[in-house]
Amino acid sequence: MSGVSTATVEDLAEATAPDRFWNRQRRLGAALVVIGLIAAVIFGSLAESATARFTISEDAEGAALSINGQLGAILFGIVTIAAGGALLAGVAKRWQTTLLVLGIVTFVFSFLCWQVAGKFLPLVDTASGSLELALPLILGALAGVLCERSGVVNVAIEGQFLMGAFGAALVGTLATSVWAGLISAVVGGVIIASLLAVLAIRFLVDQVVVGIVLNLLALGITGFLYERLMQPDALKYNSPPRLPEWRIPGLADIPVVGPVLFETNLLVWLALALVVVIHLGLTRTRWGLRTRAVGEHPTAADTVGVRVRGLRYMNVLLGGVVAGAGGAYFTLVSTGAFNKNMTAGAGFIALAALIFGRWTPFGALGAALFFGFAQKLANYLSAVGSPVPNQFLNMLPYIATIIAVAGLVGRVRAPAADGVPYVKS
Amino acid sequence: MTTEAPEKKAEPKKEESFLGVFLHNLWSANTVVVTILSILLALVIGAVLIVVSDSDVLATFSYFTARPSDALTASWDLISHAYADLFKGAIFDPAAVQAWFSGSGDWKTVFNPLSETLTYAAPLVFTGLAVALAFRGGLFNIGAQGQAVIGCVTAGVAGFAIGLPPVLHLIVALLFGVIGGALWGFVPGLLKARTGAHEVITTIMLNYTATLFLGWLILQSGVQDPNRTDAVSKTIDSTAGLPALPAPLRVHLGIVLAVLATAGVAWLINRSSFGFELRAVGVNPPAAKTAGMSVARTYIMLMVVAGGLAGLGGAVQVLGTADRLTGQVAGNIGFDGLLVALLGRNKPWGVLFAAMLYGGLRAGGNLMQVDVGVSLELVTVLQALIVIFIAAPALVKSIFQLRDARTARLGASMAKGW
Repeated sequence: MSGVSTATVEDLAEATAPDRFWNRQRRLGAALVVIGLIAAVIFGSLAESATARFTISEDAEGAALSINGQLGAILFGIVTIAAGGALLAGVAKRWQTTLLVLGIVTFVFSFLCWQVAGKFLPLVDTASGSLELALPLILGALAGVLCERSGVVNVAIEGQFLMGAFGAALVGTLATSVWAGLISAVVGGVIIASLLAVLAIRFLVDQVVVGIVLNLLALGITGFLYERLMQPDALKYNSPPRLPEWRIPGLADIPVVGPVLFETNLLVWLALALVVVIHLGLTRTRWGLRTRAVGEHPTAADTVGVRVRGLRYMNVLLGGVVAGAGGAYFTLVSTGAFNKNMTAGAGFIALAALIFGRWTPFGALGAALFFGFAQKLANYLSAVGSPVPNQFLNMLPYIATIIAVAGLVGRVRAPAADGVPYVKS
Repeated sequence: MTTEAPEKKAEPKKEESFLGVFLHNLWSANTVVVTILSILLALVIGAVLIVVSDSDVLATFSYFTARPSDALTASWDLISHAYADLFKGAIFDPAAVQAWFSGSGDWKTVFNPLSETLTYAAPLVFTGLAVALAFRGGLFNIGAQGQAVIGCVTAGVAGFAIGLPPVLHLIVALLFGVIGGALWGFVPGLLKARTGAHEVITTIMLNYTATLFLGWLILQSGVQDPNRTDAVSKTIDSTAGLPALPAPLRVHLGIVLAVLATAGVAWLINRSSFGFELRAVGVNPPAAKTAGMSVARTYIMLMVVAGGLAGLGGAVQVLGTADRLTGQVAGNIGFDGLLVALLGRNKPWGVLFAAMLYGGLRAGGNLMQVDVGVSLELVTVLQALIVIFIAAPALVKSIFQLRDARTARLGASMAKGW
């Protein structure tokens, strides 16, 4: 009956001593020192001794932060080593997260100095591109948060994306209205979510199985209708209007942050607002308390009168709404037309963001932004012809998640009843 | 732990005729009936999709109340044509048989549908076994896709990078496939055993890592075909190819290997001491530990063997059917293997038959696409629907008002979290 997250066999593997020398902080420190050495020595020696320019304005010639690439790579690497060293030496616990973040950020800077040396990296474009690529990941991961905090595993995010993207393209084109498209994207997500809910909650089918099969079902149905309807007559069925970009006067004039956050489409604001709303909802409202109770210990929740199945149905369907809106990104924001299997694994990166973000809204936001940045960087590097293959950067979300669940850098733990169907006895 | 149907026991046993037993079982929710009805339900939903997506037929529905016969005949023609093609493409085409008997046809044309079915089925048997075997040991191996991709890579590279005499080269390439897949299975197995990282999460992540790795590898010099600019590897040496039947027929030795692998896995699960251990661990890990088995070691071994099987499936795909690496060389065989394992109820011979069914759907789907223009994607829909109904027997039971089976073993029994 153990639905315990990533620690199902922990008691079967050797037990971990509570205060041995290589505790979590020292392991983190050692890891930072190692990557810091890689940064300072390898990135430093490979980097050209030329100016790396990080432009703040939209054009290449305008204001920029510049640094000698080689010097920067080495300097930032040394900072990473220092952060790791501080962790190894044993600083107070409250500095741990700050030092870890500092170490990782400086490692990324060192990498950037190496890659950008002799070239320029437009900061505004990178930031807004990262946010845009992170957009479906944020929404997908939030959908996962809603489902999984109430105890239903959601592997069907990919399928919800696909149905959402397809619905948005089809109805958006037929109604020539981007808002109709957005609404039908939500409907598409809810269709898959309701199948997930009924099969998992009512019929007690293994939730991972349902999720995987629903992904294939969505892939099949959207692919089938795409080939039957959209491919022969794209103009009639597959040319939806794009979501307009809105500019908030005043705020949009702030350098870097302005164009990224205040000159963008509605979906971005919706996603960012939802992060806050869901966070507050989970931690501050009656609904949130009940959701968490149902996800951790459904029997106890039932005993005090919470309707376990009803709440799970509601949360899975809400998740479908959010993931469907995420699907709209692919057709209404990104490309402007549906294509077969166009999400290409984004649903699974969203799942990775959910896990990497420890099943919390803000964690999911951070992970999604990080993964979005990695994707954007991969695009940039392949555009400037970097020797670092972009496939390896695209692997980053997956490998980071494996490291996180393996507990090599702090363990992540799922809600206790995640994936365990509730049967009233 | 969550069997749907309540056990009905202690009914007075009386001698019944064979016919009585047969009739009683005919409409009760046992494995065979649920499987057949699941396939039927999937075909019905598929038919609706075919009609809904055809604008000509839909046009006849606009005056349905005036002349319903138009709409009904048009729909029936389309559906029966599509499903007849599915059969003709998968098993045999009566016209070709007639032509053969009258002397105007060729025996190869007659056997071509079967050959296609077996060609598509062969890799699915391996990936299906990889999932089913891990299931029996309590692990959910979603990573068959990634393991098959790595198997494709290692077998493919061995196929064109090493020069060896004919039979030996094939064996070495197949072994490389097994080793590649086993390595890719070893990682989640080790993580599960040592750190408790859930195998569903790690294998999902490793699937995409494998695909990206393949995408990178085929662009490297030494692997990429020097005469091509797109992502295509060199062609595999003929010495490493799986022997196949003469030209238009594509079926190759892989299907024979698949049957052998099925027998091997059946022996492994049911007769070997490792099989006993893995079943014990699958049912109740703490009890297995108490009985002196090493749960951690069993998990690792299980994932290595499962990964090896999936890797062999990838090797069979690349050495038998594809003959070179491309980004899509493994297709969807890992995820389809998951469906095959579920349809085959995690039993080796069940997996074999399920793979044949899926191979047949795929082969027939090709003809359906060419002949009536019904997209091959319909097959994906059918495959997914069949498994949804299989996995939710209570749903099928309530749709058809089936009786409870005598042996109520059909519950959705594998529900557990991560």
